[in-house]
Amino acid sequence: MTPALPPPDPVEPKEYAMTRKPHFAALALAGMALVTCATQATPGFAQDRPGPGGSTVEVSNQGQEVYEQICQACHMADAKGGGEPGAMIPALAGNKNLADKDYPIIVVMKGRGGMPWFNGVLTKEQIAAVITYVRGHFNAYPDPVTVADIDRVVAADPPVPECNTCGH
Amino acid sequence: MSDVFTPPTRRALLTMIGKAGGAAALYQAMTVLAHAADSQFTGPPRLSGARPGSTVLVLGAGLAGMLAAYELTKAGYKVQILEFQGRAGGRNYTVRGGDTITEIGSKQQVTFAQGNYLNPGPWRIPYHHRTVLHYCKELGVQLEPFLQINHNALIHNRKAFGGKPQPYRELMVDWKGHVSELLGKSLNAGALDTAVTAEDKTRLLEAMREWGVLDKNMQYTKSFKLGEQRGWERVPGGGVNGAPIPNDPFSLTETINSGVWQTLGFFAEHVMQTTMFQPKGGMDHIGKAFQARVAKMIRFNTRVTKIAQDDKGVTAAWTDTKTGATGETHADWMVCTIPAPVLNQIDFQASAQKKAAIRALPYGNSVKIGLEMKRRFWETDHAIYGGISFTDQAISLISYPSAGCFTDGPAVLLGAYPFGAGAYMLAGMTPEKRIQAALDQGSVFHPAEYKAEFLSGASVAWNRMPWILGCCANWTEESRAAHYQNLVAMEGRIVLAGEHCSYYGCWQEGALLSSIDAITRLHQRAMAA
Repeated sequence: MTPALPPPDPVEPKEYAMTRKPHFAALALAGMALVTCATQATPGFAQDRPGPGGSTVEVSNQGQEVYEQICQACHMADAKGGGEPGAMIPALAGNKNLADKDYPIIVVMKGRGGMPWFNGVLTKEQIAAVITYVRGHFNAYPDPVTVADIDRVVAADPPVPECNTCGH
Repeated sequence: MSDVFTPPTRRALLTMIGKAGGAAALYQAMTVLAHAADSQFTGPPRLSGARPGSTVLVLGAGLAGMLAAYELTKAGYKVQILEFQGRAGGRNYTVRGGDTITEIGSKQQVTFAQGNYLNPGPWRIPYHHRTVLHYCKELGVQLEPFLQINHNALIHNRKAFGGKPQPYRELMVDWKGHVSELLGKSLNAGALDTAVTAEDKTRLLEAMREWGVLDKNMQYTKSFKLGEQRGWERVPGGGVNGAPIPNDPFSLTETINSGVWQTLGFFAEHVMQTTMFQPKGGMDHIGKAFQARVAKMIRFNTRVTKIAQDDKGVTAAWTDTKTGATGETHADWMVCTIPAPVLNQIDFQASAQKKAAIRALPYGNSVKIGLEMKRRFWETDHAIYGGISFTDQAISLISYPSAGCFTDGPAVLLGAYPFGAGAYMLAGMTPEKRIQAALDQGSVFHPAEYKAEFLSGASVAWNRMPWILGCCANWTEESRAAHYQNLVAMEGRIVLAGEHCSYYGCWQEGALLSSIDAITRLHQRAMAA
């Protein structure tokens, strides 16, 4: 590898226009990237990491179990999130943003803020199952989310919703 | 050139070459000066001559923040640091008996014996992380070898050997032997005649025979010669039964199923190669050594709520998390090392591009679990001294302590260090259930002793640490291309630093290299202003 030396800083702060379309090459692969290996294992450059083991561990296909095995690590067992102001993990319980099923699909597939994407970590089946569970169990949105919904959102490729602590 | 009689310093020379010839020339020159091959580190920044009275506000007292404060103070700046926690060091962190681990949703009291510890964050320093090693030396941090590779440690895969772990040594030798035999067969069958010259074919066959320890028929079979690599049914001894008895290699299929090639590949990575080091007594001795130099500058328990700047200076508004008092701190310049998942939630006066970069930087998760055992049964009963045993279970690995070999009394094993799904699984458990899972899973390696010798455990789930909400920045090639330069660019009077602002993600080396780069640019801009 050739270490890239940093370019010099601009002398004056630039005027910033957000014209560039965010890069979502990873999402384009969503339909096929159903590997069990974690995105964290392919950072592009060598992070400190455990080695070949635990990222290949199998995750359930059942919605509640996916929630317990993956999501509750951050969103907590009661889905109420936590933390302190300025460093919050959003609640999923009673979260109005989940009324629109596309919203959690986008966030789970693409990540947002500190939350990584789970496209490539979980299968589309697992993602559909867990979103169905979270919307139905911790909220009052009983209509199921399907793999077809995920395919539809992936094809439309919408931007990640712009908010820092949605759900609060 | 105005002063041909004074030999330039190496740094000045490199700067000159860089200006004249660009990055490629600079890199080549650095290589000749024996630096670039292993590290971009060319020595501490040696900044000097700050304008009298100029001030810098550093956000975060982790390694990046404290290096910035240390070096900028030497350069003549007046520095203040605001730190969210009641301790310095950030992810440079060690827990010991008497400590409390506070996660979102739980608290643990650590009861390890005197001298025992867990490094929940960084735990090993490759020999080429020259920035970390430099500052360890400069600040008087004592280092000792970290035992990275142990051929007598184990590899466990649920799909191989009926779930029975096998020594890395045997699997590694068998992998080499089977691959050599297969390559030999391909060569002898003429399958590679269009790919290799006749001369190379001859040498390759000879190499496969020696490297793979094949027999005269190019078969990978049991032999005395092979026993010298993979071990014995009966090891060599003295007297009547001195003659060793070789044992049978594992089958190709079982060897493949073990996944040993992944371990070989892992240890072949530059950042995983030996020699490795660790600070004696715990990784946090590095943070403590920096802290000793900058302690008076740190305001603890201070949560930054707003970051602003204008053409005169920078302002951080904050709340004291102990007293509830609020305040503002002003300075001429700012180094912000707040981790992206938290910075993302702070009112930060920055360009849309900078904010987009921060927002596009999720943090991966990791969990570390320390298990204190009554005695070093891995040494006394299994001749395993340091190193790592790998598993495909959620815990991912266990690692045996590098220090204190042959001592009596309790010792702490690293009982889990996963990324990915395994890390989420363990993090989502209560601390008590994490320990139970670590004991259940780790027992595959040492079933007779693991639970019987257990004393106490402690765990850290990084995504639940309230001051960072994750382990470290999770870049991709795409997000690097779209956002990295926007993240690290100095904007007005503010520059960001930390491992997330480096290509050494998740390493202390990245935090320090990023900080040196950031303060060097800050100083240049301050002197030009």
